[in-house]
Amino acid sequence: MVRRARELVVATSKAVGTEPTRRDFLYIATATVGAVGAASATWPLISQMNPDASVLALSSAEVDLTPIAEGQIITIKWRGKPVFISHRTKKEIDDARAVKMDDLKDPQTDEARVKKGKDQWLVLVGICTHLGCVPLGHEGQYNGWFCPCHGSVYDTSGRIRQGPAPTNLEVPPYEFASDTSIKIG
Amino acid sequence: MSGDSDFQPKNPVLKWIERRLPILSFVNSSFVSYLVPRNLNYWWTFGGILTVMLAVQIVTGIVLVMHYTPTSAEAFNSVEHIMRDVNYGWLLRYIHANGASMFFLAVYIHIFRGLYYGSYKEPREILWILGVIIFVLMMAAAFMGYVLPWGQMSFWAATVITNLFTAIPLVGKAITQWLWGGYAVDQPTLQRFFALHYLLPFMIVGVVVLHIWALHHVGQGNPTGIDVKSDRDTIPFTPYATVKDNFALICFLIVFAWFVFYIPNYMGHPDNYIPANPLQTPPHIVPEWYFLPFYAILRAIPNKLMGVVALFGSIGVLAFLPWLDTSKVRSARFRPLYKQFFWVLVVVCIGLGYLGSKPAEGAYVIIARILTAYYFLHFLVILPALGYLETPRPLPTSISEPVLPRKSAAAVGRKG
Repeated sequence: MVRRARELVVATSKAVGTEPTRRDFLYIATATVGAVGAASATWPLISQMNPDASVLALSSAEVDLTPIAEGQIITIKWRGKPVFISHRTKKEIDDARAVKMDDLKDPQTDEARVKKGKDQWLVLVGICTHLGCVPLGHEGQYNGWFCPCHGSVYDTSGRIRQGPAPTNLEVPPYEFASDTSIKIG
Repeated sequence: MSGDSDFQPKNPVLKWIERRLPILSFVNSSFVSYLVPRNLNYWWTFGGILTVMLAVQIVTGIVLVMHYTPTSAEAFNSVEHIMRDVNYGWLLRYIHANGASMFFLAVYIHIFRGLYYGSYKEPREILWILGVIIFVLMMAAAFMGYVLPWGQMSFWAATVITNLFTAIPLVGKAITQWLWGGYAVDQPTLQRFFALHYLLPFMIVGVVVLHIWALHHVGQGNPTGIDVKSDRDTIPFTPYATVKDNFALICFLIVFAWFVFYIPNYMGHPDNYIPANPLQTPPHIVPEWYFLPFYAILRAIPNKLMGVVALFGSIGVLAFLPWLDTSKVRSARFRPLYKQFFWVLVVVCIGLGYLGSKPAEGAYVIIARILTAYYFLHFLVILPALGYLETPRPLPTSISEPVLPRKSAAAVGRKG
């Protein structure tokens, strides 16, 4: 028995650099099964940090638009985030539509950012696309939004015009539930 | 570098323990008879100071947890409860909050000591990299701790810093929502930050043990940067270094106490006494002072992804220092050009800190860009080039030579 084991060791050491032995196969197979097992055991530990069922459940909000005067911007909370609803004046709409696409960092027409026939209503996630601060309304060079944290400037369509933010303010998924109310989410 | 290991306790109980677990001789050879270069100056006392600061933070942190509530509704109130109702709660919280600042003050001195005296050079590369890892863990712990009071600055610091991860292409948003446990910083974020804030200090303890192990294996550097050559170059850790470390520690604690008792809110931000409001960003948000240079680097770059890369790069570059510095001479004492560039770097880092506290507009942004460029230039161009361009001054033959009379001279002196 001992002799048999010794022969095996000799055979294994001889095999180094030549043919893989059955033992090499067993080592690799065992290590692979172990690694896959460890990785799958880690998954629940990672996944538990993702948004849970109760957070996912709070995903829509209904807003009545009648109290919002022309030229006013209100902020509501949706999924824990601020959402801006801007009742734009004619001048604000015209300003947003007069911009040439070449001047935009993230080119998008104003028409594509509002619902057809509801041009005065602009709905935006109120989070700067740079690092997540809440921009201030009716501020900045384009009289749209200005982020006080790192100086990003948005126009009256919520499009990025200056500063470090890479993209336009996001338009959340929403629809008009009636002529005077919207459902976000 | 370890001292004599033939330590044997006389007491029969200690003898009994020692035979089963040689912990007494281990402590003796590590902290008593352990030999250190005889010329260590006060810049070498900050390792000990940092160890004490880590212990202070852990002890005060554990007792604060006995009164703190990690929920978005109660966190702010529970901190006020600690300040007003808990016996000595004000003291414990002020020690913990100012302790974080003092910890960073000490670690920055410790890091610049390493830069000046070339402490990262062969054979101390791993010792240095472990130090960089400790620094990163410290930054994570400090950031998460700052979020816990759930004031306006806590909330918006958490928002801005977690949003750094949205800069990662493709998966950035998913990673950020995973960090938050939601669609914005909220209750799940606070609760996990609390869990991690409790964990990180103990991870730091683990890496500190490796750091000290590596240090005791290769031995302390010293202000001349030359290796220990004989017994005449060293002295035992106890009493010499112990006494010096303790004296420096007491001086440091006096400064610490001055902050805690006289100006406890000097390094904080008044906006953090306003409860967190997810719908309103304060007009001017700044991180704690110890993050300001890195914050300035982040804001100096006009591109989001590159700004984040520069921020992490400015810390990551330190880990490569042992290979970026091509000079064979360790100490800046004998490197006339490096010495000047070292002080320029110090001024640049302080300048970046100042700019980080200012709004990101006009001339501030332009100067921040210049200083950011210089910061990287220092590590990536100047340091590698200096090793070839600079003629170092002659090194002394040994550590003891400039300070001790030579053997023959001493002998002559005794005869006369």
